[in-house]
Amino acid sequence: MRSAPVGEKGEREQTMAYSVLVVEDEPNIVLSLQFIMKRSGHDVRVAEDGEEALRAMRDQTPDVVLLDIMLPKRDGLSVCETIRANPDWAGVKILVLSAKSREADKEKALALGADDYITKPYSTRDVCERVNAMLGMECPQAS
Amino acid sequence: MQGGLVAVTSIAYLGMLFAIAYFGDKRAEQGRSLTQNPYIYTLSIAVFCTSWTFYGSVGLAARSGLDFLPIYIGPTLVFVVWSLVWVKIIRICKVNRITSIADFISSRFGKSSRLGGLVALIAVIGTTPYISLQLKSIATSFEIITNYSGENSAINPVLSQFGLDTTFLIALALAIFSILFGTRHIDASEHHEGIVAAIAFESIVKLFAFLAVGFFVTFGVYGGFGDLFERAKDADLTHLFSVSPGGDYGTWVTMILLSMLAIICLPRQFYITAVENTDENHLRTAVWLFPLYLLAINIFVLPIALSGRMAFTQGGVDADMFVLTVPVFYGQGALALLAFIGGLSAATSMVIVAAIATSTMVCNNIVMPMLVNWRWVDLEKRGDLTGLLLLIRRASIIGILILSYGYFRIASESYSLVTIGLVSFVAAAQFAPAILGGIFWKGASLKGAMTGLALGAVMWAYTLLLPSFAQSGWLPISFIDYGPFGIELLRPYALFGMEGYNNLTHALFWSMLVNVGAFVVVSLMSRQSAIERIQGTMFVDVFLYTEGLKDSRFLQGSASIGDLRDLVGRFVGEDRAEKSFQSFATEQGLHLRPGQVADSQWLDRAEKMLAGAVGSATARVMIGSVIKGGIVSLDEMYKILDETSQAIQYSRMLETKSRELEDTTYQLQAANERLKELDMLKDDFLNTISHELRTPLTSIRAFSEILSETPDISEGERTHFLSVIRKESERLSRLIDQILDLAKMESGQMDWTLANVDSKPVIEEAVAAMSALMQERGVKLKVDMLAGMPMIKADHDQLVQVLINLLSNAAKFCRHPGGHVGVNARVKGGNLLISVTDNGEGVPDEKKAKVFEKFHQFNQGTDKMPRGTGLGLAICREIITFLGGGIWVEDNPNGSGARFSFTVPLARVDGYFEIDEDNRTSPEPGQRVAE
Repeated sequence: MRSAPVGEKGEREQTMAYSVLVVEDEPNIVLSLQFIMKRSGHDVRVAEDGEEALRAMRDQTPDVVLLDIMLPKRDGLSVCETIRANPDWAGVKILVLSAKSREADKEKALALGADDYITKPYSTRDVCERVNAMLGMECPQAS
Repeated sequence: MQGGLVAVTSIAYLGMLFAIAYFGDKRAEQGRSLTQNPYIYTLSIAVFCTSWTFYGSVGLAARSGLDFLPIYIGPTLVFVVWSLVWVKIIRICKVNRITSIADFISSRFGKSSRLGGLVALIAVIGTTPYISLQLKSIATSFEIITNYSGENSAINPVLSQFGLDTTFLIALALAIFSILFGTRHIDASEHHEGIVAAIAFESIVKLFAFLAVGFFVTFGVYGGFGDLFERAKDADLTHLFSVSPGGDYGTWVTMILLSMLAIICLPRQFYITAVENTDENHLRTAVWLFPLYLLAINIFVLPIALSGRMAFTQGGVDADMFVLTVPVFYGQGALALLAFIGGLSAATSMVIVAAIATSTMVCNNIVMPMLVNWRWVDLEKRGDLTGLLLLIRRASIIGILILSYGYFRIASESYSLVTIGLVSFVAAAQFAPAILGGIFWKGASLKGAMTGLALGAVMWAYTLLLPSFAQSGWLPISFIDYGPFGIELLRPYALFGMEGYNNLTHALFWSMLVNVGAFVVVSLMSRQSAIERIQGTMFVDVFLYTEGLKDSRFLQGSASIGDLRDLVGRFVGEDRAEKSFQSFATEQGLHLRPGQVADSQWLDRAEKMLAGAVGSATARVMIGSVIKGGIVSLDEMYKILDETSQAIQYSRMLETKSRELEDTTYQLQAANERLKELDMLKDDFLNTISHELRTPLTSIRAFSEILSETPDISEGERTHFLSVIRKESERLSRLIDQILDLAKMESGQMDWTLANVDSKPVIEEAVAAMSALMQERGVKLKVDMLAGMPMIKADHDQLVQVLINLLSNAAKFCRHPGGHVGVNARVKGGNLLISVTDNGEGVPDEKKAKVFEKFHQFNQGTDKMPRGTGLGLAICREIITFLGGGIWVEDNPNGSGARFSFTVPLARVDGYFEIDEDNRTSPEPGQRVAE
């Protein structure tokens, strides 16, 4: 499910379309996240493992990465680290979504450069609010 | 006087001596010992009075008055004031079966053979001048009595008789005589009762002869002491009534000290006083009688000297021979002959005892160690060594006498008797630090003794022996006057510029300084070996360890096997000792009779066992003393060694404790590691379960929220999302069920229904359950079964579960589209073998074992199949293992893909279940098993 490349920032401001990369290997979770992000008006791309995530990053720099930790091929922490090591990706916001619930896991992810950390199972509203907070916009109210 | 008469009388006298010795030995053999007598013992000690005393004292008195006295004051002091030292030495000699002074010193310092050899060497070199002195006196006196007719003229003492050198003949005769006397017995540590008797007799003869001459002079020639001294005063000889002119009291002190050391350290004195002592109590008599003997033999020294000086007014007659020449002068031929025999007895007694003592040392401390160490002679192969030993001793005696004769030819002509004797005294004194230090100071060490002795001996040779050669012209006289190579500091009589003392004081000072200094310093700096410490303790504390000696069973000189066993048992434990002795007896085909006298193989065995407990040195000492017998009683040995034993026991206890502690620590560490590991595994497991539970929950919650918050959602999406919620819920339930199942199986709390099961319905049931899914996914399923499927012993439901899990996996991992799954069942070796094959990508080799582990999952791609729990195969393995079969995965032999196979044991028709390789006890049919 590839979205069309997004142009300059100014254009984006007009369209209010931000690019979100969902990195997750569980199909049903991907499905739910896709739905939520699209509902907020973001363009969504999906990567099912760590390597694919980095390829997607290189294809097009997203505004936000929703990152799982336990991923095939390259785990989420490594992906996070790689992103932070590249100055071109300095503006990319990373929200970690992990089933690892220990405080230590959270601290580790934050230390490696994640901007936020949410433990699964999460509230979809929570995810939505945090992503939008990162992007400086409000979450659409459920009606 | 006729030379023939003198010779015949001499030979007759020696013959009589031999008869006495023979008679003494005979009596001893019959058990009626002559020498078990304190008076005989004391008289034998009077071997101290040699021809030096007999002739030389008079000579010295005639020259310098009372200067002869210190030589006798020293020994008197030792016996009267310091008899303790003799008591101690005698006790030590008895305890250790000491055979000589070399034996004594080497024994004290750890039984060092090198030290023994050094002592023996010094003894030989030191004794040589002394023996040569005796040779000189015999030769001179023989010449005088055969040639001198009373004139006031000089005599040439080495005039040859029969064209041969008289002195050489005398040396030869004395050698033969010593051999006849001294080497009739083999065991040097046995008492030579015959010799002691002969020596005692000689002491009587020389005293009697000397007193006879003295009486004759004092009361025959003069009218008693008063008259004699009055006459002497008239003849202006008063300077002889006192110490020599110049009043050199330093020399007196030196002489007294020197003679004190000599009476202890002269090899022959040591031998006759300590080694030949048969009863310590005899010393009580010697303490007063020996000084009395010395007094008696000295009473007439001054009178004879004075009368000689008054008779031979012109000089020219050797004052050393006044005892002989004065009777001749007064025409008393018979008295002169008696005096000659007296001198002969004094000389022969010394030569015999010295020759025996030194030859024993040469044999035991020089030659034998060489033979043993250098293997010139294969001693082990020679059974009887008595002949060899006697040969060595006899050769040594001849050698020593030839050496003495050589010294006589080289040096003695230019010296008086007394001076030669004193050279020997200083040599003997070198033993004093090692002996006295050895019996009073436990810290004295082998290295200290070696160094002290060697340096002292070198100093003695340099300051006394070499100059005596120089004075006789065998070395350039400039050696004495200007030092070697003209180095004045090294002048032998004024070493390092020490002038103004007589040669003797000078030599004694330097040799004792380096000897005692090195002995003390090196002893303090060196470490003692175990045997040195033991010997040191046994020597210094000899009285402590030898109380009650006479009651010891070991006094008789043999130990029984029982004694050995008790001794060993004390250190290694009674049971072990008993067992070891029993097994040794069995090995050797012997009966263990505790009362039997232990022979060498038993001693060897006991020593080896002891060595294991207390170290070989100690064991050797202990066994050695048991063998020799009469040395130390068991109680004494225990007293010495219990301390060691306790220390060893204590240290063993400590070792054991510390080893136990180490073990415990190690076990604790291992347990801790294991706990940590288990904790980590548990942690991992819980984390994984947590993760696995959270994942479907995430989807369920997300879609629930989406559905509730998005009222305008399309119908299609809503249906889809609801189905996701349902599937994820099912997955969650399945996961929980499987986790619980697995937990039950692993903890043995699973309820199993084991029965004879028809295998065909099992397969059919599983296939039926999966067929819908297979069809849905377009997978072709092929089932290959036997016509008559066997009965198996299993739990029906669980076996179905295994097959479903495998089929579900196969459906998931086979090729899409075009998937093929095969089920094959056949009997193999008492088992039913069922395989499930797919045509997917297969399982990589490195994962073939891991796939059966919990939560091991493959990347499942974008497969639309419900996600696996990661527990299916783990549960399969648990079930199959419990049923007594095996489960494994391999590559599909008929193309790509994997083949999962498992076995289940067949049921036996007669109701007796086949037992699998693991011998798992098979329950009765239908029995519910709770493990």
